[in-house]
Order: sequence, then C-alpha cells, then structure tokens
Amino acid sequence: MNLAFPTIDTELYAILNAVSDPEIPVLSIVQMGVVRAARIGDHGVEVTITPTYSGCPAMDVIGDDIRKALKDEGYQSTVKLVLSPAWTTDWITSEGRAALEKYGIAAPLSPDADKEALLGNRRIVKCPQCKSTNTKLISQFGSTACKALFQCEDCLEPFDYFKCLK
Amino acid sequence: MSNHLVQYICGIADNSLILGQRLGELCGHGPSLETDIALTNISLDLFGQVRSYFQYAAELQGDQSSEDTFAFLRKEREYRNVLLVEQPNTDFAYIIGRQFLFDVYHQLFLEKLQSSSDQTLAAIAKKSLKEVTYHVRFSSDWVIRLGDGTEESHNRMSAAIEDLWIFTEELFSCTELEKEMSNSALGVDVSLLREAYLNRVHAVLNEATIAIPDVKYFQKGGKQGIHSEHMGYILTEMQYMQRTFPNMTW
Ligand SMILES: [Zn+2]
Repeated sequence: MNLAFPTIDTELYAILNAVSDPEIPVLSIVQMGVVRAARIGDHGVEVTITPTYSGCPAMDVIGDDIRKALKDEGYQSTVKLVLSPAWTTDWITSEGRAALEKYGIAAPLSPDADKEALLGNRRIVKCPQCKSTNTKLISQFGSTACKALFQCEDCLEPFDYFKCLK
Repeated sequence: MSNHLVQYICGIADNSLILGQRLGELCGHGPSLETDIALTNISLDLFGQVRSYFQYAAELQGDQSSEDTFAFLRKEREYRNVLLVEQPNTDFAYIIGRQFLFDVYHQLFLEKLQSSSDQTLAAIAKKSLKEVTYHVRFSSDWVIRLGDGTEESHNRMSAAIEDLWIFTEELFSCTELEKEMSNSALGVDVSLLREAYLNRVHAVLNEATIAIPDVKYFQKGGKQGIHSEHMGYILTEMQYMQRTFPNMTW
C-alpha cells in the first residue's frame, strides 16, 4: 500500500476536496494529506483523518466541516481521527504545494535540506514573493508550530516556511 | 494490569502537561515576539500529545473518565511529573535551560517508546517524536546562543543549568511501575537513557562554553507524587475553571 495516496471513494472526492484547511484556506484538506480514507458504507460515510501536528487546533473544525459538507450532499458521516501512520509533509499533494507557494508560504524542502535551512547553514529556502534564495531564518516557529519564519534579504518580505515533517 | 498501564500513561502525560502549562504562562510575555510564539507553539505541541495520552488512558479506564478529568480533577499527589518541569519561569535562561534539559530526555524517551508493544502508545510516540525533534533544536540553539553570547547571557545561562541540574537525575530513576512496564515491553527503562542523555547534553554545553555542573546531590520525588512548593500554584491556576464550573466545556 502506498501511504501517500489516501483511499477516497470517487463520489466523495470532489466534496472533500472542496473542504478547506481552516488555517490555510487556499488549501483543501485533501491536498493537505489530512484525509486518509473516505468510504461509503452501509451506515453512511466513514472518513478517517490524521492531524498534521498533535496539538493542531484545527482538527475539531475540520471534522465539523467534513460532516457538514457531506450532509449538504445527502450523506450521513462519521469522522475518525487516527495517529498512525503519522502525517508527513510528503503527503501534501503537488497541487497543494503550488497553492502554498501562491499563498505566500514556502513549501517544505527535503529532510536534509530542511535541517540545513533551519540551522541557518545554507540559504536555500525560496522566497515565495520574488523567488530569491537569499533568505534568512528569523525563528524556528512561525505563525503555527508547523511553520518557521524567514525573511527575504532581496525583497525584504518576511514569510512562513512549511517545515519538513517526516 | 490495565490500571497500572493507565497510571503509567498518566505519568508520561503529566511531564508534558505541566511543562506545557509553564510555557503557556509565557503567552504574551515572551522576551520577543518570535520566542514568545515559539514557546507557546511548543506548549501547544505538548498539550496535543497530552490529549492523545489522556484520551487513551480514559478509554482504557472505561468509566466516566475523560481527558479533562485526568488533566483537571486529580489531586496534587496523583500527578507524577518530574520536578524539573514544574520549576518556575525565573528568567529566559531558566526557561530555556529547563526546556533543553527536558527536551533531550523527551527525545530519547520517545525514541524508545516507539517500540512499545502497545500499538497506541507506539503511535503517539512516533507522532510526538517528530515534533520534539524541533523542540530540541530550538532549545539547544538558544543554550548555545546565550552561553556563547555576552558576559551577562553566559552568566545567566550557566546559573540556570547549575541550578536545574539537581533535577536531572530523577529522569533516570526507575520507579516500580516503570520497571514493571519496561519488563513487559510496554514501557521504557529510563535508567538506560542516562548515558546517551549526558553525551548529548555535554556536547551542547561544550559548544555553549558552559561548564558541566559538578553536583553530588539530586532532588527527586515528583514521580512519587511528592512535588515542590510550586506545584500547588500551577494546579490552582490550571484547575480553576473545572473546579468552579464542573464539566464546563469551551
Ligand atoms: Zn523575496
């Protein structure tokens, strides 16, 4: 089983892909990799979601939003939260990464590059505004635990970098 | 057996709960915006982990217990966190020192707990470890930055490590419960973590130009529920809402 790909019934895909991440509204919860499974069963739809970070305060809202979106389309549903396998930034889809960049958040680098960037050893995080890599780490924790704060030394814009979690 | 497992899980969770509460006190009071946000984000990670532990403990207990009754309705002697995490936010060097001395332990502990024969505990550990890896990096960086910084920051960082060192040995003293849990492959034998801990801590302290404390006397008791004078104040604030308005929810 390839864990990167969730098992979502075709009929449900568009509905779930329209539910946005409460903290990064340009991204859907499917693009974020938070939805792990969605199946139509005898007792309605069963959706399995996993948190990005343990303390992610958005999980309750995501559960409510899923139930509401499915109800609007005539499905009763139950939403189950699982911790294993643990979420990784690899599960953010390529559309999701593009949406992040467009929104002004730098998408996660590979684990090794991420470590170098966060230790301030190499300037490799690309500014989502001007695409320069002449950027520096301001803080290892940005607006939420999943992001770090960087600043571009060329256009001077501060921006969030989505940290690699693997 | 199940009752012992519940107690064991609560002990693990209590460390993160009380440290998370200490860090939460700093919300809006950090020395700079970035550190304020970082410390409260770490607090949030810890609370998230605590919720997973307590939800599981409540499920095992199978009575009217919930994550809230574990977090808010126990008495001081029933909390089993180590003394280190309840120490006050004296100054930024203390906050960083306490964080660093706990983070290094926490990472080593979770690395082992990942192999617990209990699948839920293993899953929580695996998830938490990813987050704690960032915590260690943050606190280690600051120990180095302050230790190898100005004369003032060096002195304060050294004083914090010197003062907090007496609480480190408790991390590795196995209680009867911890022995039982590690013997049955559910838990971690913390006494085996000491060597790796000292190696990692010494490496950072060396880089920070901070002398490794030469301490012969260590203070313990938290794991037995015997806490320092600070604990009552933490619980008073933390439990206030649930005690005043029982069963309240947000
Ligand atoms: Zn730029």
